Formats: sequence, C-alpha cells, structure tokens
Amino acid sequence: MDISNYLYLSAILFTIGAVGVTVRRNAIVVFMCVELMLNATNLAFVTFSRIHGNLAGQVASFFTMVVAACEVVVGLAIIVTIFRSRRSASVDDASLLKR
Amino acid sequence: MLNLALEVGRTQTPEAILFWILGPIAVLCALGMLISAKAVHSALLLAWVMITLAIFYIAQDALFLGIVQVVVYTGAVMMLFLFILMLVVVDSADSLVETIKGQRTTSIVAAVGVGGLLTSLIGRATIGHTEVGLALANVNGNVQGLAEELFTKYVWAFEVVSALLITAALGAMVLAQSQNIKSRTAQRDRSIARFRSGSLAETAGLPSSGVYARHNAVDVPALLPDGSAAPTSISRTLEARGDIIKSDVFELEASEVEEN
Amino acid sequence: MTTSTHLVYLIALPLLSAALLLVLGRIADKWGHLLATLVSATTFVIGALEFFAMQSRTGASRAATQKIFEWISVGTFKVDATLLLDQLSICFVLLITGVGTLIHIYSIAYMSHDHDRRRFFAYLNLFIAAMLLLVLGNSYLNLYVGWEGVGLASYLLIGFWNQKPVYATAAKKAFVANRVGDVGLSLAIMIAFAQFGTVSFDGVKAGAPHASPAALTAIGAMLLLAAAGKSAQFPLQSWLGDAMAGPTPVSALIHAATMVTAGVYLITRSNFIFDASPNARLMVVTVGAITLLFGAIIGTAKDDIKKALAASTMSQIGYMILATGLGPIGYAFAILHLLTHGFFKAGMFLGAGSVMHGMNDEVNMRRYGALAKAMPITAVTFGLGYLAILGVPPFAGFYSKDKIIETAFNSGGTKGILLGGATLLGAAITAFYMTRVIVLTFTGSKRWDDKAHPHESPILMWAPMVVLAVGSVASGFLLSSGSALVNWLQPVVNSQNVVAGEELMKPIVVSGLALGVVLLGVLLAVFKYRTVPTSAPTQVSVFTKAARKDLYQDSFNEAVLMRPGQKLTAGLVLTDYKVIDGIVRTVGWTLGAISTAMRKIQNGFVRSYSLLMLLGVLVLVFTIWLVTL
Repeated sequence: MDISNYLYLSAILFTIGAVGVTVRRNAIVVFMCVELMLNATNLAFVTFSRIHGNLAGQVASFFTMVVAACEVVVGLAIIVTIFRSRRSASVDDASLLKR
Repeated sequence: MLNLALEVGRTQTPEAILFWILGPIAVLCALGMLISAKAVHSALLLAWVMITLAIFYIAQDALFLGIVQVVVYTGAVMMLFLFILMLVVVDSADSLVETIKGQRTTSIVAAVGVGGLLTSLIGRATIGHTEVGLALANVNGNVQGLAEELFTKYVWAFEVVSALLITAALGAMVLAQSQNIKSRTAQRDRSIARFRSGSLAETAGLPSSGVYARHNAVDVPALLPDGSAAPTSISRTLEARGDIIKSDVFELEASEVEEN
Repeated sequence: MTTSTHLVYLIALPLLSAALLLVLGRIADKWGHLLATLVSATTFVIGALEFFAMQSRTGASRAATQKIFEWISVGTFKVDATLLLDQLSICFVLLITGVGTLIHIYSIAYMSHDHDRRRFFAYLNLFIAAMLLLVLGNSYLNLYVGWEGVGLASYLLIGFWNQKPVYATAAKKAFVANRVGDVGLSLAIMIAFAQFGTVSFDGVKAGAPHASPAALTAIGAMLLLAAAGKSAQFPLQSWLGDAMAGPTPVSALIHAATMVTAGVYLITRSNFIFDASPNARLMVVTVGAITLLFGAIIGTAKDDIKKALAASTMSQIGYMILATGLGPIGYAFAILHLLTHGFFKAGMFLGAGSVMHGMNDEVNMRRYGALAKAMPITAVTFGLGYLAILGVPPFAGFYSKDKIIETAFNSGGTKGILLGGATLLGAAITAFYMTRVIVLTFTGSKRWDDKAHPHESPILMWAPMVVLAVGSVASGFLLSSGSALVNWLQPVVNSQNVVAGEELMKPIVVSGLALGVVLLGVLLAVFKYRTVPTSAPTQVSVFTKAARKDLYQDSFNEAVLMRPGQKLTAGLVLTDYKVIDGIVRTVGWTLGAISTAMRKIQNGFVRSYSLLMLLGVLVLVFTIWLVTL
C-alpha cells in the first residue's frame, strides 16, 4: 500500500470539511467542520513526518491540536454568548454587513 | 541499520487492511456529519472520525499524538461541543433547505476542486516514494523523541502556544460570565454614600422605634443619642393628632436601674 | 557705416507719447492731440536733420546705424535691436513723418467733435512708431516687430468707432488678412535662417549668391505673400475696401501713404533675393499686374468716395509691385512712384475727408455734385492730385508712372508686351474712374437736398491739403530730375545697373501712348456721367455687377475659406463633445455599472464570504498546481 493513501484521505476529509463550513447554517456544526479540516491536516502532517523520517511533522501536529483546543474554547464561548442574547444559533442571522 | 529501518518502515499488509477498512468508514462518517439534520448526530459522527484518526496516528508510529488525540480532541473538545449543544440547540433541528442561491453548488464545486488539486499535487510529490519510517526517530521512544524536538528546536513556539492557552482560558472565562447592565450597589457603596451625605444623623442611620425607648409603644417616640426625640420614629398621623406621649414619663428611677 | 545716437528717438518719442496718452486717459483729453502732433513734428525734424547729415556724408558712411540693445543671443543665432538708416530708409522716414505730421494737424480739426480724440492720437503715434521701426530695422526680425506693430495700429484705427459692429468686423478682417501675409514673412525668416544662419539684411545679402535657387525662390515667394497681405495685393486684397470704415485721416495715412507701402519696402529691401531668383520676380510682376487691373476695375463701380479711392490705392500699389519685379532699376521707380503716390493719394483722401466733413459725413458720391463752388480749396487740391494720378505732365505722377510703363515694355519679349499693355490699360481705367470721381463730386448739377450745406473746411484741414497738393505738383519733377532718386538709391538697390536690353519703344512714344489712353478714359467718363442718377441703377452689365461686388473676392473667400472653416470648427466641437467627452463619460458609466454589479456580492451573509474565501484558496492551489506542472 502506498503511503500516499493517507494523504488522499486527508484531502478528502479536508474537502468535506470545507463544504460543511460553507453550507451548514448552524454555527456549532460549522465549527465542527472546521475541526474536521484541522484533523485532516494533522493526519497529513503525521504522514509527512513518517515519510521524511523525522518528528517535525508530529511537532506541528501537536501545536495544531493545542491551538485548535484554544480556538474551540473561545469560539464556543462566543457562540454561547450570542445565543444568550439572540436565542438563535444560525449564522445567517449575523447579516449586519449587508449593503 | 538504515536498511532495517527502511524495511520496517514500509507499509505492510496489516496496515493496508486497517487503512482500507477504517478509511472509508471515516469518510462516510464525515459525510454523515455534513448532512445530518440534528447537530448532536454530527457531533457524535465527528467523534468517531477523530477516533479513527487516532488509530491511524498510532499505526504510523505517532504514539503520543494518537493518545493525545483521543484524550484531548475526542475526550475534551468533542465533549465540550456536546455540552454546548445540549445547552443551546439540542431541541432545534436545522432545516436543510438552502437560502442563498447557488451556495451549495458553488461550494461543492470549489471544495472538490481544491481537494482534487491538492490530491494531484500531493500525489505528484509523493507517489512512488518509499517512506523512511520513524524507526530511527523513535529509537528512544516516541515521547522522548518528541520531547527532544519540542524542547530544543521548538521551545519558542512551545512558549508562545502556552501563552495562547492561558489567554484562551481567560477569554473563555470572561465571555462566559453573564453581564449585568447596571451594577447593583453593594453594601460598601451604600455605606460610603451614607457617610458622604453630610448629616451625621443620617450617617449612623436612624434608630427604629424602640431604640433608646422607655416604652415599647407606637405613640412614644424613640430617642436620638443626644436625648431628643426622633421625629421620624413615629407615624406622622399621630403627630398631627398630637397623640404623642413624651418618653421621660416612663423613665426608670435610678434605684430601679441599679437593681437591674 | 556711421554710428548714430539719435535714431532711437525717432521711435521712442512717438511710442512714449502713445503710452502716455493711453495711460493718462481722460486727464489728457484737453492737450493729448497737441502733444501727439508735436511729437510727430519732432520726429519729422529729426528725420530731416538726419537727411541733411546724410547728404553731407559720402560713400559707405552715408548709412547710419544705432544698436539699442542686444535682443536675442542663442547659440549661433544673434539678433540685436539695431536701427539702420540708409538711403532707402530715409525716404520712408521723411514720407512717414512728413505726411504723418500733416495728417496729425488735419485730425485735430477733423476729430474735434469726437469724444475719443485723444485715443485716436495715441493710436496715430503708435502707428508712427511702429512704421518707423519697420523701415529702420536692420534685420528681418526687427522689421517683423514693426510689421506686426503697424498691423496692430491699423486694426485699432480701423475699428476706432467700434460701437458699430460693421466697423469692428472690418478691423478684424484687415487683421486676419494681414495675418495670412505675416505667415509668409515668418516662413521667409525661418527659411532665411535655415539657409544663411542669420536674418540681418547684410547677412542675407552676403549669403544670397551662394544659396540654392529653390531656397531663394521660396524666400521670395514668402516675402511676396507678406507684401500682398500688407499692401492689399491679390489675393489678399479684400480688406482694403472695408478698411475705409476708419476715420478718413486713418485712410489717408495708413491706407494710402504708409502702411500699404510696407510691402513695396519689403520687396525693395530684399532686392538681393529677387535679383537672384527670376521665378520670384515673375511671381511679383504677375501679382502686380493682376492687382493693378483688379483695383482699377473695382474702382469704376464704387459709389462710396472713400472706397473708390481705396480701389485706386490698390491699383497704384499694383504698379509699384510690378515695378519692383522689373529688375534693379525697377526698385528705384517703384520708390519714386511710392513717394509721389504718397503725396497725391494722401492729398485726395484728405480732400475726400474735407468733402465728407462739409456734407455731414455723407460718402455716397451720387449725393454730391457741383461742390467745386462750395469748397474751392478742396476742389483745387483734389484736382491737382487727380492730375498727378492721371500722369499728366508736369505733375508728379507723370514722371513715376510713365517710367514704370516704359520699364515694363522694356523688360523684353512677350512678358514685356503683356506687362506694358496691362500698365497702359490700367492707366486708361484709372483715368476713367478718377474722372468719374471728380465729375460726380465737384462738377455737374447738385444732387444734394437743401438740408446739407456744404462749406469749406477749417484752416487746420485745408492747410495740410495745400502742402500735399504742392507735393503732388512738384515732387515728381524734383525727384527724377537728373535721376536724383535713382542715384540716391544706387548703393542700396544697385539701381544704376540698367540691363542694356532692347528698348521696345522710345520713351517719348510711351509717354504719348499713355497720355492718349488717359485722354480716352477722361472723355469716356465725362461723356458717361453728364447726367447722374441719385440712386445706383440696377440694370447694369455683368461687369459692373462684378465690380460692385469687388470682383467676387469676398464671396470666394467666404465660400472657400470661411464656411469650410466654420464647418470644421463645428465638427471639431461636436467630436470633442461626442467622442472625447463621450469616452470619458463612458468610462465613468462603465465603472458605475461594474460597481453596481459587484455590490450584489455583499449580501451580508457570512457563509457567502466564507465561500469567497474558499474560492480564493482554490485559485491559489490552482496556481501552485500550474507552477509545479
């Protein structure tokens, strides 16, 4: 089996995540799709690390995880705050930048 | 040594089986996450994808990352998602009808385009290459190897990320507090206001009827510390009617006091 | 060459006087005219003194120069503001200042009722200064300054009464026609500079023998164009008739004696060019011949006394131009005729002014008649001028005109016969129309009603007329006895260099022929105009109709030059609006349309924006993919 298969899988997962971000209306589901994209890149990093034989890819993956965790924390807090004042979690409602 | 590493590093058949079973399942779960109406279903499907990825990490000699993926990502982050979902939207189901014209088609085309191009790019870069494998890098163990990298070469990034973590935690705390529009006056604030009002009489607070009283009655006024009657300690109606009885009528004899 | 120190005053004094009168305005109304006349007289005195000084010098030192300042010094091109007073210039200086002063005196009385008399005198002085600069310049560029100056002065003076739109238009017409000629002079200067590296008369004279014939012909043709513009020759003669809109002293000074002779001066001054280029000379005589007949024919049909005299001027200058094309001696005869013409034509114009003054500014000769009894002095002076222009001996015109006719015949071959024939014919027609003027104005029965009471003019008006009449009588004899003028001008134009060619006819025969045709013309006119209808008859021959319309020159100009020019301007304006402005407006409109279309992308939805980001990523990845192909 070719090691590139992992990379193809990573690309597919990334694609699915990208579609999700632009198509879903629920803010939390959008967030989850972003997480999916990040995970896909983590997979790619780990695979590259294995290809090249050093741990730099795993270090990058590690950092990505940390940052993703922070991001989720703050993002969800914001969503909760918005939900409290607006009682709706749809991203389409935040259309104040309309022309 | 290198040959051994290379031989061991090549993807072998068990791994192929692992990949071809779990890979499609992961894709299907991801698609499911995309199209399910209920948000909770999406969260759970995503959790399964993450576990699959953790298995893949372990299969690729990234032991530490695999465990961290399960513990942090699936265990903490996805659970956090689920808690928030429960708080917020557990009852509501999104309608899957698209309101913006052309959004769905364009996004599918664009994303598929990106994916395809990435696949082609990556494929061109790596097809036919044999991987080196992490046998050499993990010679002291994966965690040790990772630690070596992390605390020597990437220590600066490590410190920055830790600062980021702290900031995120603080930010979350701040955001999660409920905010009052007006702050209620605390006891201390009221006390300060009383002392600044200027009149010593109001500072100590008016004695209620009964303080310094000689008689426990509504028509006998309370006494201020200096011995004068406090005008606000009895009803004004009584005052207007003149039904006030002076309190020194009920003054005790000095002998009575001593006895008590 | 002697160096002089007072040549500059000839120009500076009138110029300063003009400036003073214009700047001071109404303050100078009481004495402005007197100052101007005094200045003019002073310049005449200076000129006369210079003349006597010149006569006492001999040889090459006769000419005097004065460098005023260094004007242009660019690389190898140097032009100094230098004045040159030589034998040719002094003739003009005396003519300009002399006749000019007489006309200043005349104008004091003629313009006495005019509110703007001071401005008139300022412009007259300006003209004197410019004309003197023209004849005193030592290079073509200096001449050009004066040339432009007289054009300006002419414009200002023709349009003096610019309250009337017709007069203002006449001034504009004169200026524009002059301008066409000025282009010729500019081109001549440029070609001269390109050929010789210098534009001074001496420089060009030195370089002329070595220049290519084509260049010389080109310069000659351009100079001829300039002369045609300034001297109202064919094809630029249409402005002279309309220029009579100005006050009569202006017509007398500028459009009879001085400015219109500037063209003759230019050609004479450039004799070295024309002597070296037979083609240019041919063009000159052709233009001269055409114009002299042109002017004569027009003059026969004009009822306006001033316009008739203007046509006469055009014709006489045609004679002069023709003479300048007849070789070295022709220049001298041209100048001779110029000087005598200055006297009798100016005198006749002043006479016409006197008649108009007496007839309450009526110009139509059909309203005159039998004025000789009422204005005797005017009639006598005018009559003497008339005899001079006819060429009756011993009056001035006889000497100058006959010499020209003679030289024309002697120029050889068919050309000589044609030119001589043209000049004789011209003389005949001149006799005809001048007699017509005299008969209509001074003789016959009175055709004016009793409201007009013609009277003789005041002394300030008839005194200059008398002086000019004396000139009309005597100047011809004085200037040509013993070939005085020919010898005087020899150093400048090499006029004694008579080509020993065949003499076609003996001079006496020529004179006899000339007198014969003149007599014919006189008798014809006297016969035709024994009775004169008060209004111009409409049933006339096609020639008369053509002559009344200035031989259709104006119509031609209008159809060929003016209307296409207007159409072109209108077309250009339309192009500017539609095409050029249209492009700009379209650009703006396009930008607006694009912006309106692009505004729709901002619908406020976050998801659209994230989709745009995704598309951006797609483009990026695509580029990378392309690059690594």
